[in-house]
Amino acid sequence: MLITCPYCGPRDVSEFTYQGDGNRTRPDPDSTDLGAWNRYVYDRVNIAGEHNEIWQHSGGCRMHIAITRSTTTHKISSVRAMRDAGPGAGQ
Amino acid sequence: MRANDESGNLMAEYSAFALIRNALSANRDWKPAWRKPEPKPNYDVIVVGGGGHGLATAYYLAKEFGITNVAVLEKGYLGSGNVGRNTVTIRSNYLLPDNIRFYEHSMKLWENLSHELNYNVMFSQRGVVNLGHTPGQLDDFVRRGNAMRHLDADARLLDLDELKRLMPGLDTSRNPRFPILGGLIQPRAGTARHDAVAWGYARAADRRGVDIIENCEVTGFIKDGDRVIGVATSRGEIRAAKVAIAVAGSTGEVMRMAGVDELPIESHVLQAFVTESIKPFLDTVVTFGMGHFYMSQSDKGGLVFGGDIDGYNSYAQRGNLPIVEDVMSEMLALFPGLAPVRVLRSWGGIMDMSMDGAPIITTGPLPGMYLNCGWCYGGFKATPASGLCFAHTIARDEPHEVSAPFRLDRFHRGAVIDDKGQGATPRLH
Repeated sequence: MLITCPYCGPRDVSEFTYQGDGNRTRPDPDSTDLGAWNRYVYDRVNIAGEHNEIWQHSGGCRMHIAITRSTTTHKISSVRAMRDAGPGAGQ
Repeated sequence: MRANDESGNLMAEYSAFALIRNALSANRDWKPAWRKPEPKPNYDVIVVGGGGHGLATAYYLAKEFGITNVAVLEKGYLGSGNVGRNTVTIRSNYLLPDNIRFYEHSMKLWENLSHELNYNVMFSQRGVVNLGHTPGQLDDFVRRGNAMRHLDADARLLDLDELKRLMPGLDTSRNPRFPILGGLIQPRAGTARHDAVAWGYARAADRRGVDIIENCEVTGFIKDGDRVIGVATSRGEIRAAKVAIAVAGSTGEVMRMAGVDELPIESHVLQAFVTESIKPFLDTVVTFGMGHFYMSQSDKGGLVFGGDIDGYNSYAQRGNLPIVEDVMSEMLALFPGLAPVRVLRSWGGIMDMSMDGAPIITTGPLPGMYLNCGWCYGGFKATPASGLCFAHTIARDEPHEVSAPFRLDRFHRGAVIDDKGQGATPRLH
């Protein structure tokens, strides 16, 4: 797998660390809804198909990036800097 | 005991007499080990997933609970999923009591399985060795070994001399990055022939009246309000009072069809490898926790080995090269003499990684439905206990005593069973 880091260009996947599912949204820090916090921590969509996820270029620029990748083919369809990934992504 | 299929033909028997008779007729007259029935419109229980766990569940439903009007639905051919892809290690060397009790229950079922099924699953108690590299790690082995022995499992510390005798090919010098100081062995742990486990359970379930329906993919669920009352399949609609799901890596996608969009599961790919056959080299199972590597030698002579999951969500049944390189370098760090041995093939299987590394055996999450998943990369060793406990859960609508801690609601009750203490990070379990 080759990931095109928006800061460094195309690099081997071994330079990156998977930081997990990017579909989750952290509840409001003031929220006392225990169910919402439990869902945020434990429950995943786990899709077979296009998957939004967060990676870190830990062996390079160390920036976090938002990737859309197929979990059935491993083909990456989009790589964005976290600041461009839109509200909610990987909070 | 002899059984007949629907047309009255004698089903496969493997007596010495049958071997001789079939050898004399050039092996042309072997009968199938299980029937190929057409699906009926109604069953008492449908088990979705014809892997080890699904087949074991059907077998124990029939044998222990007298429920024989059961269908096992398999989307491909029997044994085409993880039951035919795993690296066959059987052990109960956990730390937390809930895990030890469950896996030790499984170990005791393994010890009698060939007799139970009247089918040789080639269970071989050759021991599983964990290698230790620091005094701190050896202290941890003492703690885990004692935890196991408290709960009727077996464990023994090994010093370096014993390790050298056990594995002459192991590099026990001070040269490696992680010099070996000692180890922990579970002598009753070992391996079994994975295909035989699937075939043995299939044949035994079939003989008790269970319909095993291959090439039958579930495409949707039939619901009455919230209640699941059947499944739509590639071979038509099938209804049942109880629908049980045991589909491992496909859990997320199958449950989505039932309207359950989120579960504490991520699907990841785990790669495995086998070398060409070599002379007897390793008569135990060895694991290298410092880098995450494990290896055993099959009865055919091939070294069967693997390492970490690739570490990102995947349904692809194939992995990437960094893990291949990682696993090979770990193998050579432990056994430098294996450098000239050629790798025959590699493959990948999809692991249903749970959020605490422990499995889920539960009623629900919808009425009429039962769920068995979250086996991470340790499902094979659990096959007998998983089947027995899941059958108990389905038949009685309450958990078996050893699987009670593994209910789905533990995540939201704050009762996770996290043996490695990694938190809700599935790629690290």
